[in-house]
Amino acid sequence: MPPFQAFLDQYRDDVYRFLVASVGQQDADDCFQETFVSAMRAYPRLRRDSNLRAWVLTIAHRKALDAHRANGRRPVPVADSPDRATHDAAGPDRALWSEVRKLPAKQRAAVVLRFASDLPHDEIGRVLGCSEDAARRNLYEGLEKLRLTWDR
Amino acid sequence: MGSMTKLEKALARAGRTDVSAAAEVAAGRLAEQAASDGLLDVAYTTLDSPVGPVLVAATQRGLVRISFCSHYDPGEVLLELSERISPRVIEAPSYFDAVRRELDEYFHGRRTSFGLPLDWRLTGGFGRRVLKHTARIPYGKVSTYKEMADAAGSPRAARAAGNALGSNPIPIVVPCHRVLHSGGGLGGYGGGLDNKVLLLKLEGAIGGDRGEDAEASEGGEAPRTTPSQFGPSPRPPVAPRARRGRSQGPGSRGRSNRTG
Repeated sequence: MPPFQAFLDQYRDDVYRFLVASVGQQDADDCFQETFVSAMRAYPRLRRDSNLRAWVLTIAHRKALDAHRANGRRPVPVADSPDRATHDAAGPDRALWSEVRKLPAKQRAAVVLRFASDLPHDEIGRVLGCSEDAARRNLYEGLEKLRLTWDR
Repeated sequence: MGSMTKLEKALARAGRTDVSAAAEVAAGRLAEQAASDGLLDVAYTTLDSPVGPVLVAATQRGLVRISFCSHYDPGEVLLELSERISPRVIEAPSYFDAVRRELDEYFHGRRTSFGLPLDWRLTGGFGRRVLKHTARIPYGKVSTYKEMADAAGSPRAARAAGNALGSNPIPIVVPCHRVLHSGGGLGGYGGGLDNKVLLLKLEGAIGGDRGEDAEASEGGEAPRTTPSQFGPSPRPPVAPRARRGRSQGPGSRGRSNRTG
């Protein structure tokens, strides 16, 4: 088993990018810590031939769902709070992801996994725990919804 | 999906955002979180020293490994730690303040013994006995492979003692450089014979620049300091980051492990 640090170095950008897109800059850091702590807990028992990228994105996806649920219980801010992005993310990209974040959970995750994580449909299905066809459908429906609000 | 729509192009562009700076900062904080959850099994960092960059690794019990980066590929050493101790191996420079300080004092001739807790788990049997006796050879003195074999209870096993010293997982701190051939030859050193000579000269054990400061100020073997606070603590002192690890040292000799 490679040292966990090598695993972290290899996938930290993928996980961070997925999380910024799924939950926004503000929650990305906490979700990132939770994702890799969970990964570290399970890491010694992992099968050597596992698809590590899909595995860690599955964990990140669950943490993102938790964050969305927690945010759903919080009072809704009056306006879209501008993300406190300092490190990255140009304005238009942030605006686009914040539209993505308004999609239903599976559609949101499918769009993010396709475009922020560049996963093929079968791996999107694996992360979401559904079939490749269902992943494709969620992605399609998500894009259809986005087209209604995003025009340029 | 056919040709990409404007929306898909915009999403693809947004998906290529460079997050590496923020991700690196977040990843750097993971060691602390892992330690507070009891998951930091092996911490490591790389330190600069007069014998070149050294990889140092510790478990919750103490210092477990020191390796000369110029002679052993750090990636291979980390892989070995992962396989022999635990794959939960994390770079954590802030956990090595005590190690950094003691090695620094040693290399400046201001320290003649180390107070760092050691984790001996990478040794066993005869090899461990030899190394534990080696750890008692005082600063500035030398011994022989034969004497170490005697001390470990196998007078005729000088060669085996040499092998045990050769695979010393904690060189410098467990001073296998103080063990020479009975005939007066220097013997070997996995960290390079030039480094063995450098350490012996520093300690004043052989001619050259004697470490006079050391003996004058500490009077031979200094009393052991209280074992320093070491290993994961709830709130690690923030220290300047050491050289990033994982640098591939030149002259890698694979996973053989000869040191002393």
